[in-house]
Amino acid sequence: MGGEDPVLRVRDLRVAFGGVDAVRGVHLELRRGEVLGLVGESGSGKSTIALAVLGLLPDSATVSGSVRLDGVELRGAGDAALSRLRGNRIAMVFQDPLSAFTPVHRIGDQIAETIRAHRDISRRAARERAVELLDLVGIPEPRARAAAFPHEFSGGMRQRAMIAMAVANEPDVLLADEPTTALDVTIQAQVLDVLRTAQRATGAAMLLVSHDLGVIAGTADRVAVMYAGRIVETAPVHELFAAPRMPYTLGLIGAVPRLDGGTGTGMLVPIPGAPPAPGALPSGCSFAPRCPLADDVCRAAEPPLRKLADDHLVACRKAEELQGAAPADVFPVPEVPRTPAGPDDRPEVLRVTGLVKTFPLLKGVAFKRRVGSVYAVDGIDLRVRCGETLALVGESGSGKTTALFEVLGLSAPEGGSIEVLGQDVAGLTRQQAAALRGRTQIVFQDPMASLDPRMTVAGIIAEPLLARGVARAEAARRVPELLRQVGLEPGHADRFPHEFSGGQRQRIGIARALSVRPDLVVLDEPVSALDVSVQAGVLNLLRRLKAELGLAYLFVSHDLSVVRNIADRVSVVYLGRTVEAGAVREVFERPLHPYTQALLSAVPLPDPGVERRRARVLLAGDPPSPTQRHTGCRFRARCPLHAELAEADRERCVREVPQPVPHADDHVAACHFARPRAVLTAEA
Amino acid sequence: MGAYLAKRLGYYAVLLLAAVCLSYLLASLALDPRAYFAGRQPPISPAAVDHHLTVIGVNDHRPLLDRFWHWAGRAAHGDLGRTIDDTSVNAEFGRRLGVSLRLLLIGTLLGTALGVLAGAWTAVRQYRLSDRLVTLASFALLSTPVFLLAVLLKTGAIWFNNTTGTDLIQFTGEQSPGLTGGFGTVLKDRAVHLLLPTISIALFAIAGYSRYQRSTMLDVLGSDYLRTARAKGLRRRSALLRHGLRTALIPMSTYFSYGFLALFTGATFTETIFGWHGMGEWFISSINKNDVNSVVAVNVFAAVVVLLSGFLADLLHAALDPRVRHA
Ligand SMILES: Nc1ncnc2c1ncn2[C@@H]1O[C@H](COP(=O)(O)OP(=O)(O)OP(=O)(O)O)[C@@H](O)[C@H]1O
Ligand code: SF4
Ligand code: SF4
Ligand SMILES: [Mg+2]
Repeated sequence: MGGEDPVLRVRDLRVAFGGVDAVRGVHLELRRGEVLGLVGESGSGKSTIALAVLGLLPDSATVSGSVRLDGVELRGAGDAALSRLRGNRIAMVFQDPLSAFTPVHRIGDQIAETIRAHRDISRRAARERAVELLDLVGIPEPRARAAAFPHEFSGGMRQRAMIAMAVANEPDVLLADEPTTALDVTIQAQVLDVLRTAQRATGAAMLLVSHDLGVIAGTADRVAVMYAGRIVETAPVHELFAAPRMPYTLGLIGAVPRLDGGTGTGMLVPIPGAPPAPGALPSGCSFAPRCPLADDVCRAAEPPLRKLADDHLVACRKAEELQGAAPADVFPVPEVPRTPAGPDDRPEVLRVTGLVKTFPLLKGVAFKRRVGSVYAVDGIDLRVRCGETLALVGESGSGKTTALFEVLGLSAPEGGSIEVLGQDVAGLTRQQAAALRGRTQIVFQDPMASLDPRMTVAGIIAEPLLARGVARAEAARRVPELLRQVGLEPGHADRFPHEFSGGQRQRIGIARALSVRPDLVVLDEPVSALDVSVQAGVLNLLRRLKAELGLAYLFVSHDLSVVRNIADRVSVVYLGRTVEAGAVREVFERPLHPYTQALLSAVPLPDPGVERRRARVLLAGDPPSPTQRHTGCRFRARCPLHAELAEADRERCVREVPQPVPHADDHVAACHFARPRAVLTAEA
Repeated sequence: MGAYLAKRLGYYAVLLLAAVCLSYLLASLALDPRAYFAGRQPPISPAAVDHHLTVIGVNDHRPLLDRFWHWAGRAAHGDLGRTIDDTSVNAEFGRRLGVSLRLLLIGTLLGTALGVLAGAWTAVRQYRLSDRLVTLASFALLSTPVFLLAVLLKTGAIWFNNTTGTDLIQFTGEQSPGLTGGFGTVLKDRAVHLLLPTISIALFAIAGYSRYQRSTMLDVLGSDYLRTARAKGLRRRSALLRHGLRTALIPMSTYFSYGFLALFTGATFTETIFGWHGMGEWFISSINKNDVNSVVAVNVFAAVVVLLSGFLADLLHAALDPRVRHA
């Protein structure tokens, strides 16, 4: 492959927005038929590169450098010439499929338009071709669905349609910018599958932009790692994951929590600090402020991207020294005691049984009438003991957040029961409820939206204390201590939230929750808005706090790798109902319910060797609407096991709602035909 | 889709009914028809006034609800009652309807179309000179009172007539009194009279709508789907026309129905200033005369116009946006 000329060659690409450099001298080569993964944290310039290749950057961008397609320079070519290439020889799959389609035109027409923009064929023939393409990407009933409008498609279907549109003219180069980031993990698995199929079917070279190392590990042939607008390392995928030679790459790999638990203590290796703001780059190596190996020479000049071995380029002066290094050799790993699983007789801080919550489905302009119900939560069971972390896992819309708010509401649920610290919330007096409220605190997903921008950090942290009637002086005395506890400078107490980075803001949110010394902290997707290198630090912090303060966490997440890292026990929900629960290790290594198996097998592992040889349980279709009432097992329509059962057994799934049944010590599953299946390891 | 529109229509009918009833009750409470006859030379005896008011159905000695039922019963049969001078409200209504509609319809349609175009055009040319000029002119216009604009237009017309030595532009009334001639002559005469008031109404519509359209268009210009359209290989112009303009019009349909009300209010002044005997002028004069039935009639007109434009906006919205049609 090495000798062949690349289809796409980017040389010294520089992009600045209003004088601020976003991309600083990027070199890329994309060879025929290969998938090049481009990884990097938010703001590192990945999307900017893709748009620069297409020539679609806004007018405010100043661009220099060279972009050659099959040896022909595209930079400086007129818009007419570029338009002939766009969608034809270079096509793009955008991140957010809802906003990427024009809402007022039919999906089929939008695909047909792409064809007609470059081929002289009739409207009718183009429509026919659009239907074929929709079929290729696995849209059921493609002829009927071609007439649908974008809002009538689910997220996964829209992204399939987007892929169909991108490959419509059999392009030479496919640019896929975070094609699965907005999707649930089982849908992500489907879409990645389609993307690979489409790429192979057309023989296109693909630039796959992603921040998810697992996605890259499973799909890319070569990987380029970006940091602060530059490529800092490129290598074939196996080499990059097995023998990274740039501290940042090492850090990234060490910072990702792994679904299979990884090795060692389970502590993540966080990269200290945060990526630099584009306008405020450090002198010399842009990674130097976060690099434990940095010395004065590093800080003096930016190291060029140089050849280390055939096909392995790296921009680090000390790459030679890093041969065979592991993340923990470079970055300090915090010492945190992993709390032992502990005796089973520890008191329970939360017990939720058979929780039910329905919302009315309203219709009408002036006078709303109820036309049905949304069964948001329909049988969730949770049990959290003192000093323990329970993860509540499920895809979007499965009722996780609704369940949380029911728990925090401390009032009698519509169905089932909630016991907080041994007290049934149904019979609470006002005083009892107020007292309990102080002992359960919440940390929200979006650290910026949940902090009042006009309050100082000290004010934010002291607020829950003041609300509970603690004296102002006493509250003020607690603030520095809390800041220290979450790893922030006590001296920063009088700053405002916008002066902090995302990870630091989430720490402020945690400090606020801890201020009243709660017993139970509810965390709603606390790290999903953070970059991996920052997320690792917050996860480690949560573990340390739990060990030091004996906290119990109810941790809501859609990210199973994070769950594996932080939780002791896990409860998996599907469509508002708990389908499997138990100790994390047990559930992840011997999943019993077919949904858990599919969920786990859909999460990509950041390990190309294992990832490419794993057993896959691909789910068909999208989750059904929560407004439907189900008879029998609600997972039936998508259940891969159900499809394999004998006729008589299938009957049972149709008739009888599966109840949670204990299968092992602390492991229950609600499936009539539960049987373990390992999905994390490579198949022999 | 049909069901959706039928539902909207029913909803508007209820609103119309409510608006008409309320306006009758309000007008009856606020206006004092007796005052119209007070201080006349020669004086009119209270008994005669009383009798006159009873005949036209606005005698405040009768209970309000009685009067209302009496009026509503006739209105249900299409009879809007008698004016305070004991002439037919329906006849007056008919006379003035055509005058106002001619002015409002041409002015708003023209103004809306030009305003949308100006807005879309300036959005595409954001921050260029042309955009800045149009923006400046719009804000200047929006902050100009109607009567000032009318006076300026009149002055301009006088200057134009003087310099060209003709009386091409007419600015009083809707036609030349005592004009005789064929259909063509009459049509030309009417058009010449329409010019200035139409311009004054249209200018306000252009100024207002161009601002809204500019901002909705700017949203669309930064949208992901326009970028997708460009990434497919469409040139900027066709991407804008096929994917941008239609989506940018969707939020406008809501403004259209609200904007019409503002224009109607503005037209009241425009009619008075240019000496058009339309609904707006009638409204002002009937309030001065404490003429309850006429005031209510104008309100009926305003309500119908506003709700009709609301319904048209719904139609437009449904035509532009499939998400509404399928909801
Ligand atoms: N239109 C624009 N105007 C000004 N700055 C921009 C613009 N587009 C991108 N930037 C800046 O350029 C830098 C790189 O952005 P880019 O979107 O390429 O990053 P990315 O790696 O794709 O991030 P993400 O993972 O969040 O998508 C960022 O600092 C961003 O703020
Ligand atoms: S060049 Fe120096 S500072 Fe930069 S990554 Fe390498 S060792 Fe660290
Ligand atoms: S009960 Fe039947 S349908 Fe439900 S998960 Fe088990 S096998 Fe599948
Ligand atoms: Mg991006």
